[in-house]
Amino acid sequence: MKRRLRLASLLALPMAWLIGIYILSLVMLLVTAFWVTDPFTSKVTPGFTLRNFEQLVVNPAYLSTALRTLGIALAVTALCILVSVPLGIFMAKIAPAWLRAVLAVAITLPLWAGYLVKILAMRITFTEDGFFNAVLSPLGISGPGFGIVTVVLTLTYLWLPYMSVPVYTAIRQLPSHLFDASADLGAGAWRTIRTVVLPLIRPAIIAGSVFTFSLSLGDYLAARFVGGSTQMIGSVIASNINLNPPIAAAFSIVPIVFVVVYLVSVQRTGALQRM
Amino acid sequence: MLRLSLGAKAALGAIVVAVLAFMYVPLLLVVLNSFNAARIASWPIRGFSLEWWGRAFTSEPIHAAVGNSIVVGLGATTVALVLGTLVAFALRRHSFFGTQTVSLLVVLPIALPGVVTGVALNNTYNQLLEPIGIHVGYFGMIVAHGTFCIVMVFNNVLARLRRLSPSVEEAAADLGATPWQTFRMVTFPQFRGAFVAGGVLAFALSFDEVVVTIFTAPPGVDTLPLWIMNQMARPNEASVVNVVATVMIVLSLVPVWISQRLARDAD
Repeated sequence: MKRRLRLASLLALPMAWLIGIYILSLVMLLVTAFWVTDPFTSKVTPGFTLRNFEQLVVNPAYLSTALRTLGIALAVTALCILVSVPLGIFMAKIAPAWLRAVLAVAITLPLWAGYLVKILAMRITFTEDGFFNAVLSPLGISGPGFGIVTVVLTLTYLWLPYMSVPVYTAIRQLPSHLFDASADLGAGAWRTIRTVVLPLIRPAIIAGSVFTFSLSLGDYLAARFVGGSTQMIGSVIASNINLNPPIAAAFSIVPIVFVVVYLVSVQRTGALQRM
Repeated sequence: MLRLSLGAKAALGAIVVAVLAFMYVPLLLVVLNSFNAARIASWPIRGFSLEWWGRAFTSEPIHAAVGNSIVVGLGATTVALVLGTLVAFALRRHSFFGTQTVSLLVVLPIALPGVVTGVALNNTYNQLLEPIGIHVGYFGMIVAHGTFCIVMVFNNVLARLRRLSPSVEEAAADLGATPWQTFRMVTFPQFRGAFVAGGVLAFALSFDEVVVTIFTAPPGVDTLPLWIMNQMARPNEASVVNVVATVMIVLSLVPVWISQRLARDAD
């Protein structure tokens, strides 16, 4: 009994905060999604309508925004994997110890450089008369400009450490004799990477992908500053919260559903237990 | 060892160089542009000037924004230290129905997209509290930041507590120490490192946060990220923003340095 009392006294304050403020707010948001906005006065009144959710599916602009955001998040995740695997192999298995230490710091440092600073940095790099175009124009290459491609690159830039760090750690932990065995059995380096390394580091890749995927889904400032007219789910939520809160609330459910579906679909792999 | 041909090694090396360039060239451009004499960033830079640095250091709005960021960051860190440590202690040795739920509750504010957290709190402040006469104002930002910072302290302290043996505390109690004495003289010194590290992470997280802040800042109040964002939204963004960004890039080395130091001390 004394034990329970101690536990209760430890948990009382944090739970009051998290449930009383945060969970209550989320529930309120969900409830607001069923409320009605008067089209003439744009006043929100309590009620029960499914029209806001119906809009998400019926309104082609909303539907395409949701699908575009999903596509961007998947592209960012794929790009992060594509970059992190060779990076991890080089760092863990090829680089000498001193270089490995330097690289380990180098790939995590930008994590601290500031979210908006990095978006600003990408803006300066890819702007019309910016660095990318100026340096590569002699080769006949012109930059992607501000659009979906730059949004994907920017989000990759922002979240890459969340993938590269776990992937590097996982590759480091692979015992060397696995490579020897694979080579002795006649497998070339690429085949070893494909059939030995990749299956073993899958849990790390999945763990990293949870971050890259869900962080990309909710982001909208990258779209705002380097996306030109690109709209993402977050843009729709942000632009509606004052004009039409019920629509914004209904749209907030979309990234939550995507993340939950993603988590459930990767849960079967057992990777989440190792995060 | 992985037996790669020379060509394969060179290809991997090239990828690494490309990734590092992709990570560092844009940051370097920000630093260089802070000395750009022109008002708009373009390449190549035609003239250099210290004008923007002078303006940044005498700018009232920037001073105010830095002040707000520090106040909010310290407030949020305090909330996170208290609540995060309490939860960590609750989960340390007690295993009870709902352990999973409690850890999920702590992680949720950072696991959900910032825009959802921001909009949810904004909705509560404006639709629920405002009509009944509660103006959260400045405090709303601290509440919001504190909520998503709890996890930083929680993770650090819990990881540390799990490695501590309860027998030391039991010994203290056997020797006649009151629970408070035991905590202050035996338990706390053992997790102080993790406590401080969690606090630093929480402050850094709060200092960098912008999306939740957009929706919870009272009108007319800027934190440093909000100020940067508003500058970026202007068509001819003044180069002053590059100065602030450069300072932030340099300052970002501080938490890295501190965490390296703490990691070394823990060994």
